[in-house]
Amino acid sequence: MTDAAPAIAVRGLGCRFGEIRAVEDVSFEVSPGELFGLVGPDGAGKTTLLRMLAGVLRPDGGDAQLYGVSVVRDPEGVKHEIAYMPQRFGLYTDLTVMENLDFYADLYGVPQAERRARLERLFHFSNLAPFGDRLAGALSGGMKQKLALSCALIHLPKILLLDEPTFGVDPISRRDLWLIVHEMVEEGVTAVVSTAYLDEAERFDRVALLHGGRVLALDTPARLQRGLSGEVLVIEVEAPRAARDLLVDHPKVRRVTLFGDKLHVTVASVASDGPAIERVLRDAGLSVHRAHKAEASLEDVFIERLAG
Amino acid sequence: MARKEAIQLRRDTRSLILAFLLPVLLLVIFGYAISWDVRDIRTAVLNQDQSAHARELLDAFRASGYFTFRSDLARAQEIGPLLDGVGVQLVLVIPPDFSARLNAGRPAALQAIVDGSDANTATIILAYTRAIVLSYSLDAQLQGARVNPPVTLESRVWYNEELLSRNMIVPGLVAVIMMIVAAMLTSLTIAREWERGTMEQLAATPVARAEVVLGKLLPYLGIGLVDVVVSAVLGVWIFDVPFRGNVLLFMGLSAFFLTGALGLGVVISALARSQLLATQIAMIVTFLPAYLLSGFMYAISVMPAPLQLLTYLIPARYFIVVTRGLFLKGVGPEALWLQGLLMIVFAALGLGLAIRSFRKELG
Repeated sequence: MTDAAPAIAVRGLGCRFGEIRAVEDVSFEVSPGELFGLVGPDGAGKTTLLRMLAGVLRPDGGDAQLYGVSVVRDPEGVKHEIAYMPQRFGLYTDLTVMENLDFYADLYGVPQAERRARLERLFHFSNLAPFGDRLAGALSGGMKQKLALSCALIHLPKILLLDEPTFGVDPISRRDLWLIVHEMVEEGVTAVVSTAYLDEAERFDRVALLHGGRVLALDTPARLQRGLSGEVLVIEVEAPRAARDLLVDHPKVRRVTLFGDKLHVTVASVASDGPAIERVLRDAGLSVHRAHKAEASLEDVFIERLAG
Repeated sequence: MARKEAIQLRRDTRSLILAFLLPVLLLVIFGYAISWDVRDIRTAVLNQDQSAHARELLDAFRASGYFTFRSDLARAQEIGPLLDGVGVQLVLVIPPDFSARLNAGRPAALQAIVDGSDANTATIILAYTRAIVLSYSLDAQLQGARVNPPVTLESRVWYNEELLSRNMIVPGLVAVIMMIVAAMLTSLTIAREWERGTMEQLAATPVARAEVVLGKLLPYLGIGLVDVVVSAVLGVWIFDVPFRGNVLLFMGLSAFFLTGALGLGVVISALARSQLLATQIAMIVTFLPAYLLSGFMYAISVMPAPLQLLTYLIPARYFIVVTRGLFLKGVGPEALWLQGLLMIVFAALGLGLAIRSFRKELG
């Protein structure tokens, strides 16, 4: 943590819907200019948490302050400084791209004189300029998300709250979206972004792993990976499913997970346990194409944390 | 906000058609369908006398213009089946001794059998029948001699000289239609934002609640006022209803009334959060009271006391006084100041409740 006052300070935040505790006693701080990730499976509480930070959902307990403004006491005050992009496309499909942008510029009170320059900048990233007169409903999924992000950014917010911005978005639009986010963070904007894609989590400065409404772990991606107990042996083998079943009860194997057609086997030390494990597979008549030590990915970390 | 809503509205052809067609449709349907004027009473005659007197009496009926003769019956047994159907509303029975008794200077009887399943119509038919028989017997008694009756009644009906019920219905209808259309139109708008998921994004902006509500109301107020003009013009044009009042006063009071009704629509919309539910609630809370309890269909003075009290809460009740006053009586502000004041109260109340009920919060 830096010495500066945090951009976002979450303390004991909770929210329940009936019996379900969507978010429970969550606390963390985000520094100004940080790119902060909320990672977790569906139902982990990412959306609920972001909604509370955006001031559109009243927390049942705890508080969150965005640059010193409390979402509990002054939810409207929070909204001037943030850009919130909900998971579900929230723009007007029966308005054109330009009309949507103008509408949000009006809502945020962006002066006419400044609009041109801002739009040009946003168009520069989003490549939406040629589609200005198209109805938002007629855009592709990726372009819709870029438009939503552009609308959210029209007022130069200090804090970006993005709920799964890349969900269901094609790779090129996804790259554009991240480009915009990184650009904003470079300029000192604080961003909290949720994602269910673990491969995206490595982009973040720090990541909070969420599960069942609670924070399981919170650190930089690198330290989370290092914090994984043991080492990961990646094995490419024929019949990976059969191989997994063989290894799952092996005394030296702490965990075995199938990623595509590769096995990630967590052991205490690849150097000392690796050969024994390969032997088990060969003895069973499975040919091992390749076996090597790998950096633990966030997926490995996440699965370990969930299991632990 | 208002501009965005206006653009959306312009693109939403279905809503637009609904907004302009619904009042026209309601006006035409109700304007033609509702009438308390009884004309062309379908009449059958069982004439057992076949005398000159009987013919004279029947001619008097025919000449009045209110009766059309459908059939002559031969036997009394035919009466029952005839009234069971819908072909005949009135059967006149002239007994065999009708002219004989008249000639002998004794009272003669005429029997009128009326289909009473529609009590209102039956009452009116009997009244007409009585009037014709009365004037006929007066003539018969005087045998054509001219005398000056000691008292004559010269009646003059003000504001609706011909006592046409549509002159009373159409102005009331304008009020009822405004209530329904206004509440219906806005009941959709906020529910639509919830349904399409645009509310979450909107709620995350610093826009003020009042701004959202006003922005949503303004375009619909415009449409509502156009609807007012359209229905008033149609009323005057198709139904020949006079418009004697001040147009500006009419538009001004309509604007306040519309604002209240539109605000009510927003309240419903904010509570229901689904377009289907919102329209249904709007229909129930506006149409039924405005239709039944506003004095539009049924005179308030004949309702039971508790219902009469309830009618004071129905804004359409006051607006109907306004429309009838302006259409038929041509009265000015001096007669409508109370109603005008109540319209303003209704507008303020509708608007205030609308802003209070609208929340920028999910869940």
